[in-house]
Amino acid sequence: MRSYKFNRLIPYLLVLPGVTWLTILFLVPLLGEVKTSLEEGSILWGISFTWHWQNYLEALTNFDTVFLRSFVYAALATLLTILIGYPLAYFIVFRGGKWKTLLLFPVIVPFLITYLVRTISIEALFADNGPILGWLKAWHLLPQGSFILGTPAAVVFALAYNFLPFAVLPIYVSLDRIDTTLLRAAEDLFAAPLRVFRKVVLPLSLPGVFAGTLLTFIPASGDFVNAMMLGAPQNQMIGNVIQDRYLVTLDYPLASATSLILMICLVICVAVYSRIFGTEELTG
Amino acid sequence: MIAPASITAPRLKQPSRLGSFLGHHAVTAVALLALTYLMAPIVMMIVLSFNRTEGRFDYVWRGFSLAAWRHPFAVDGLIDALKVSIAIALVASLLATSIGTAMAYAMVRYRFIGRRALDLVLLLTISTPEVIMGSSLLNLFLDVKIPTGPLTLVLSHVMFDIAFVAIVVKSRLRTFDITLEQAAMDLGARGWRTFRRVTLPIILPSVVTAGLLAFMLSLDDFIITMFVSGQTVTFPLFVWGTARIAMPPQIYVVGTSTFVLLTSLLLGNFLFDQRRVRLREKV
Repeated sequence: MRSYKFNRLIPYLLVLPGVTWLTILFLVPLLGEVKTSLEEGSILWGISFTWHWQNYLEALTNFDTVFLRSFVYAALATLLTILIGYPLAYFIVFRGGKWKTLLLFPVIVPFLITYLVRTISIEALFADNGPILGWLKAWHLLPQGSFILGTPAAVVFALAYNFLPFAVLPIYVSLDRIDTTLLRAAEDLFAAPLRVFRKVVLPLSLPGVFAGTLLTFIPASGDFVNAMMLGAPQNQMIGNVIQDRYLVTLDYPLASATSLILMICLVICVAVYSRIFGTEELTG
Repeated sequence: MIAPASITAPRLKQPSRLGSFLGHHAVTAVALLALTYLMAPIVMMIVLSFNRTEGRFDYVWRGFSLAAWRHPFAVDGLIDALKVSIAIALVASLLATSIGTAMAYAMVRYRFIGRRALDLVLLLTISTPEVIMGSSLLNLFLDVKIPTGPLTLVLSHVMFDIAFVAIVVKSRLRTFDITLEQAAMDLGARGWRTFRRVTLPIILPSVVTAGLLAFMLSLDDFIITMFVSGQTVTFPLFVWGTARIAMPPQIYVVGTSTFVLLTSLLLGNFLFDQRRVRLREKV
């Protein structure tokens, strides 16, 4: 009997270290941030907890354009990754043949170089006299003074590059799961290739597309590295604001309120998503 | 009277030859373009590591040089930052792999209270922007007065690694033939013995993949690290600090080397797994 009781405890013992770790270092800090966001004062004069909810109001009014810009950049980058990532995943699944698994390798390649070196390499690619602009200028296809760095386009392209694997992988999984006999059945019923795609392939791969959208949009909207390295000061995103308030101006209450507003927006996105599609696509 | 239109057969639409030809090749063209886009910055990195640079920021090709490869650590502080990063990534990935694998095993093989909630927490940890996790961790460490440094880096890295490890191992456990475990138990093997002799060898390649992923994520992390590092300088922080004053080609050398190393580890693990699958099919 003792062993029976012990067996019931096994799963709890197995998850205990992980649950403890995630509780203390993920959930508790988030709650702590809620507390800090309601505090008042500065580190010079002392910070005290006063239910100062005005921090949220201040964050919203001070950074409304930055919030908007972050979401627009992130949305554009997500659109770009889906537009590039979908045909790529489709190509690998249906045209890859025996090279299918190996073709996935270039997709995860961005993960194999350090994030910063990767972003700097993109910077080098887009540099005023780098390979793209340098050649276009040499062939007089562009005026000498043209530039990409410091424009929204540079930030959006870099974001799209950095998060492309997050879009391709879920789309790949959902396309790979499609039973090919369905495609043959549709063809036997005289559906044109485009119609097979529209009526069979696309609907079946939508969960992957939405998972990819979420996994790209969320990190992209909180990112500050791309805007910092490739953007001008007027391209700063909300991540830059949070980072700056936390590490430079040390205005913790306002920074906490700002990052919690971002968190709330994103939690709403995730909640809507999991309501519609469930969490299986995202966590396996 | 029945309208004659209602009994005519639906007209079959012949797919236009040109349309399907274009559609077919457009996909290939976009895919090839996407692959080029994915590889371009890597090619850039490798090329620039051989550049004979002039000045502090040089993104223009000045001619072939092996100088940076011959003296990869000629830049002050680079080797120390790299050592710190590797040490932290090793400790964090080992811890996260064991914790995450145990968690994945429990979540796939057992039903228990809070399993769905745990799934949601895992989803939240992978989908929370790093800037939020970093700032809230700094908040915590300031609150409980733990000085930020190597310890807080390991604590934080393990935290974000766990979910990734759990997800990779879970997906392997799901597709795994459970009758093998049952057979072992029928033959009298206890739970632990079954796990060690049957389950672990089968899921090992994905545990290794998960460990590599955790190592990479930890080695690579910049945003959370920036918040909780204190005075400790990891490789990404070193690059960030350097990139504002100059861009020595040595940074591309280190980037290229880690790229080559991780690629060969990943491909090796993949080929090994493939060979095992083939051997098993033969048996």
